[in-house]
Amino acid sequence: MVDSPLLTPLYHWHQAQGAKLVPFAGWQMPLQYAGIVAEHLHTRSAASLFDVSHMGQLLLTGQGADRALEQLLPGDIVGLAEGRMRYSLLTLSHGGILDDLMVVRLPSQGAESRLHLVINAARRQVDEAHLRAHLLPDLQLEALNSRALLALQGPTAAAVLAPLSPKAIDLPFMGAAELMVGDIPCLVMRSGYTGEDGFELSCAADDAVALADLLIAQDGVLPAGLGARDSLRLEAGLCLYGHDIDEQTNPMEAGLVWTIAKHRRDDSQGFLGAASVLSALKNKAAAGARQRVGLTLAAGSPPAREGAVIENLAGQPIGVVTSGGFSPSLQLPIAMGYVPADVPTDVTEGDVQVVVRSNRYLAKLSPLPFVPTRYVKPNATKP
Amino acid sequence: MTYYTKEHEWLELAADGVATVGITDYAQKQLGDVVFVELPAIGKTVAQAAEIAVVESVKAASEVYAPVSGTVVAANEDLPANPGLVNQAPQGAGWFVKLRLSDQGELAKLLDEAGYQAYLASIS
Repeated sequence: MVDSPLLTPLYHWHQAQGAKLVPFAGWQMPLQYAGIVAEHLHTRSAASLFDVSHMGQLLLTGQGADRALEQLLPGDIVGLAEGRMRYSLLTLSHGGILDDLMVVRLPSQGAESRLHLVINAARRQVDEAHLRAHLLPDLQLEALNSRALLALQGPTAAAVLAPLSPKAIDLPFMGAAELMVGDIPCLVMRSGYTGEDGFELSCAADDAVALADLLIAQDGVLPAGLGARDSLRLEAGLCLYGHDIDEQTNPMEAGLVWTIAKHRRDDSQGFLGAASVLSALKNKAAAGARQRVGLTLAAGSPPAREGAVIENLAGQPIGVVTSGGFSPSLQLPIAMGYVPADVPTDVTEGDVQVVVRSNRYLAKLSPLPFVPTRYVKPNATKP
Repeated sequence: MTYYTKEHEWLELAADGVATVGITDYAQKQLGDVVFVELPAIGKTVAQAAEIAVVESVKAASEVYAPVSGTVVAANEDLPANPGLVNQAPQGAGWFVKLRLSDQGELAKLLDEAGYQAYLASIS
């Protein structure tokens, strides 16, 4: 970015909270406050507040917006009920992934579908251009640049939010509703990027400081930065765009087949890149096919970070780490990366090694997530 | 006497000409939670300003440079099992290596305590 960094509405709030601010995707964002490990563990045991206002928020409206958006992604949007949201992938004509995103169906207005999209910060311009090129002029696309996005994440998030927004805690996992939080109107989403129960709150930028102050004033809520956000999502086995998935990754090898609606798996014209995506789905053992895997290293090993080569025990390179670091919950290094699709991933045969600064360390191919997710379950007892 | 570098290493010279080397409190605060330290083999010779160790925090790997030339005569055997010592006691139990200096004249290129504090003030 040659331009001066973009600032979220909470920039000065972060400074006042003692954050270490760093450039990220063109934004100046809090990396950490008390420290990444402390913030990570607090999120797993209580609740943390994250500013994720750098993420793009878009409003797509118009008659048939759901069906039109389905031309650009493999998920079921037509069948998405009002007040529900879905994780999906914007695909490219060759089957690569332009971005991953959340699609929230807001209540329709008359015959108009209304879809709230949440996209990656680094992909805002490219996604917007892509959507405009394919969906206009029949539909309206509004970049919600004057909105903030806060995430309240952790096992006590619902208990924290209950007195401030009683209806919010009735939302199911991946449910969304326009609700008041205190006296602040928000789009409340029961979603997140940590593997924990939690909420993402979209509010007017002008209300962001008041909302952050309100939430941080609740018992047990502490601020957390992008450092903890990254280690939390890695433990939860969630992909980071630009690292674990990108324009060269097809959904099959990324292990994201579950995002392809079952009834859309036979129509090779059903969405952009469908022929390529569905071909990869039906030819899992095709030459060159890869799979995204989890790796764990023994405690005391160095973190195997992005770019670290994965070898078989004979020392032959078989893949590369796409994101990796230290797991505060497990107290050992974990990573995700790609290896050939025919490499067995069961634990007994899954031993490989990773290369860190010319040294080789044993690693085990591990199922994802590394740490069990604790999203709210249907019929969960209320806090 | 304790010497410092602008790369935030410290070096404490004992009377026998062996120096203990580590990273400063400022450095450990910048790094955050240290989770791994890669130490050199005993007997390795290093040139001044050459890489002598690697310290990994949760967020990144950083090189540690030899403040002076010398031969590694000891490495902190407590660090592999307890890298957090670097955060807890960077200028004590969290030391990295002991170096036998090959040229004490190189010490003249390092900062003393007052010089290092002035340097920290200038970059903060």
